[in-house]
Amino acid sequence: MAVRRLAGRYRGSASAAQCAAVRASIAAATLAPTTALAAYKMNLPTPVTPIGQRILDLHNLILWICAIIFLLVFGAIFYSIIAHRRRPGVQPAMFHDNVQLEALWTIVPFLILVGMAIPSTATLIDMADVRGSKMTVHAIGYQWRWHYEYPEHEIGYLSTLATPREQVANLASKNEHYLLEVDNPLVLPTGVKVRLILTSSDVIHAWWVPALGIKADAVPGFIREVWTRIDEPGTYRGVCAEFCGRDHAFMPIVVQAVTPEEFERWIAGRKKQVAAAAAEAEKTWSRDDLMERGKQVYQQICAACHGPDGKGTPGAFPPVAGSAVAKGPLSEHIASVLKGRNTGKFPAPMPPFGQQLGDVDVAAVVTFERNSFGNKAGDMVQPAQVKSAR
Amino acid sequence: MAIVTAEHHEAHPKGVSRWLFSTNHKDIGTLYLWLSFVMFIVAGTMAMVIRSELFQPGLQVTNPHFYNQLITLHGLIMIFGAVMPAFVGLANWQLPLMIGAPDMALPRLNNWSFWILPFAFTLMLSSVFLQDDGGGPATGWTMYPPLSVQGGIGVDFTILSIHMAGISSVLGAINVIATVLNMRAPGMTLMKMPLFAWTWLITAFLLLGAMPVLAGAVTMLLTDRHFGTAFFNAAGGGDPLLFQHVFWFFGHPEVYIMILPAFGVISQVIPTFSRKPLFGYNSMVYATASIAFLSHVVWAHHMFTAGLLLVSELFFMYATMLIAVPTGVKIFNWIATMWRGSLTFETPMLFAIAFLLLFTIGGLSGLMVAIVPADFQYHDSYFVVAHFHYVLVTGAVLAIFAAVYYWLPKWTGHMYNERLGRLHFWLTMIGMNLTFFPMHFLGLAGMQRRVPDYALQFTDFNQWATVGVFVQALGHLVFIYVLFQTIRGGKKAGARVWDGAEGLEWTLPSPPPYHSFTTPPVVK
Repeated sequence: MAVRRLAGRYRGSASAAQCAAVRASIAAATLAPTTALAAYKMNLPTPVTPIGQRILDLHNLILWICAIIFLLVFGAIFYSIIAHRRRPGVQPAMFHDNVQLEALWTIVPFLILVGMAIPSTATLIDMADVRGSKMTVHAIGYQWRWHYEYPEHEIGYLSTLATPREQVANLASKNEHYLLEVDNPLVLPTGVKVRLILTSSDVIHAWWVPALGIKADAVPGFIREVWTRIDEPGTYRGVCAEFCGRDHAFMPIVVQAVTPEEFERWIAGRKKQVAAAAAEAEKTWSRDDLMERGKQVYQQICAACHGPDGKGTPGAFPPVAGSAVAKGPLSEHIASVLKGRNTGKFPAPMPPFGQQLGDVDVAAVVTFERNSFGNKAGDMVQPAQVKSAR
Repeated sequence: MAIVTAEHHEAHPKGVSRWLFSTNHKDIGTLYLWLSFVMFIVAGTMAMVIRSELFQPGLQVTNPHFYNQLITLHGLIMIFGAVMPAFVGLANWQLPLMIGAPDMALPRLNNWSFWILPFAFTLMLSSVFLQDDGGGPATGWTMYPPLSVQGGIGVDFTILSIHMAGISSVLGAINVIATVLNMRAPGMTLMKMPLFAWTWLITAFLLLGAMPVLAGAVTMLLTDRHFGTAFFNAAGGGDPLLFQHVFWFFGHPEVYIMILPAFGVISQVIPTFSRKPLFGYNSMVYATASIAFLSHVVWAHHMFTAGLLLVSELFFMYATMLIAVPTGVKIFNWIATMWRGSLTFETPMLFAIAFLLLFTIGGLSGLMVAIVPADFQYHDSYFVVAHFHYVLVTGAVLAIFAAVYYWLPKWTGHMYNERLGRLHFWLTMIGMNLTFFPMHFLGLAGMQRRVPDYALQFTDFNQWATVGVFVQALGHLVFIYVLFQTIRGGKKAGARVWDGAEGLEWTLPSPPPYHSFTTPPVVK
């Protein structure tokens, strides 16, 4: 266990609401640097899947072969540096060919390579074999968050960086899992072969969780599948590995592996939330509630580009404060959020958020934007209006 | 006519026109080398800003968008502006001297292929000053769509400047091929050529094969961005991975374009300071040629996580692993050259030995990233950053330093200061390893590339790397001093600067006459 703690900073404890707990705890934040610095991590994290284990074994095997080859090369160079340096009266040898020797150092490396290729091929073939999966999860990359879907259970949600922006700007002390924490982790049952289907809605992303031994690109317009079977309950952290633009560093992945029983309970809980959300969308919201919800959504989704203060980034992203959209017709504002917007004035168009956000969230955030940062449109949006605008 | 020709040839243009209109291989070589050095300092300064940002978690020095411009330009400028022109500069200076020719075969073409470059890089770098239009390219040097289709005006500037740099490279390559194939001294058969000429000949063919492919890729990108095509847009029937295939069909030979001339340099330097002929000349030539051939059939190993077919991944894994065989042959041959020689350790030899050791590290980590299942962990992590800096910086760049110290007395007629040369060497050595070695650990521990900010457990090794880059910078300040000191004066260098040196360039005085060999030497 001690070894695992040392080796696996990606692995947290199995406690459930860990992200929230860590965020809330100032004590954890102050303790974090010391524990983080204590463990110099120099090798791959301890795997928790059979494939991850085979990758680690393969990695260690090649690493040792390479280390031995390097020591031989290093040794030969240093031997000749010491033994064959110029000495008075000693003439250099004049040989410049040796067919046997040259054949030897062509054939021996080739045989070593064959020895490496055999286990690599076997592992690769097993990694590609998604047959016999018991459940499917979709992971869809967005700039800069992940959207997870459980098609068998009709559940889907966004998973966004939970580290507050103040910590990135060095205005607050950093959490233990700084940049490796999300609001809604991907929850998977242990001991079950899960098929993960990846795609993207904008640019190429890559889903990488080292402890699972998975790194797979999410390519827009294309679908690819990988599989995993997690053996141990726990929290496993990863990142988007494919360069995807400005906030590439800020779209982590957190996988929470729980026992199948816990997983069933979690699914049931999620379904209740879905039902509650549907009920929320039916009711008529008060202005204060919309504003409060809208502020949350704005800070979570919109602030990444438009800034926490609504001022945007000059040359890159337009401001919300004083913008024509926030002052203009309501329908256009809703359509911008749902379907995106491309004026050609900025390097990147605004992506559509219709798939990522529910009716309540869109209604709330539009209301918030029209009545904050000095904007005084005065109107408000109900979820039903958003539904009809879709 | 004869009088006119003689007069024309004896007139040495002075001042600015000497450099602007030069058709002389030495002057153009000098221009290439200075351009390369200036670009090296520009892109190196970017590296220092990048590493300053990475000294601590959190954002301190840059914002993410500007950081992304820096990493993109650092890569593009180092590759197209620093390493490639440096080797073209070495080829310009050395090929005529080494094969016994008066000049390059196509002197006016030579002038043009150089003078395109300053404009290309001015264009690329100028986009940084257009921050209101999105600034410089922020796509990574690989410019993958759809990210690069989203990008600002800097991407267009970069596409055009890559076209210009590509034209320059192709013209330079044509010149090298024409020179090496037509202008060798009587008696110098191909298999008697110095290895530097061999590696450059093969590199030139790689350039001809690779650069037009890059031009095609970026042209498709340009039309996707502005003219409504959908080569790389799945919604229009295209495929984002098509770009990656075409790009890396250029990109992998490009890696060897930057390292084969380095192999050539090392094959000249090690025999000189071992006072012993190069071991296995023939197998060196065959190894170079097989590396060049294999480099065209391994491109998809840059895309192992992109979702290729299983059979493709297996093919590209095996082909990539095969490159280790000829590369190994080269390393073993260099060691056998040193074996039972009579070694001395002047600055060029120090750089060559460091190349041998550190390039081996880069080669071995290259073998590791060839293993597909393990590459799923290494890909796009700092492990890969460590790998390609070990082959390109402690490989290609160290070889360039070896070459400069080796031939500087020939070029200037003055010996450089040996003590300062060694100081430069040791600062570079400590700095480079401090910068790049910890990156292996960062990558294995899970740090991804191209990020301005990182999780707390990566802090320590990042700090080592940042300290390392400033040690390197100190070393290069020493180098600048050594360069100016040697150009302005110093102990006179004889024709044969190094007592173990073999080859035609050492039969000419230092510095060599304006037209290197006016009567061809005879090689027996």
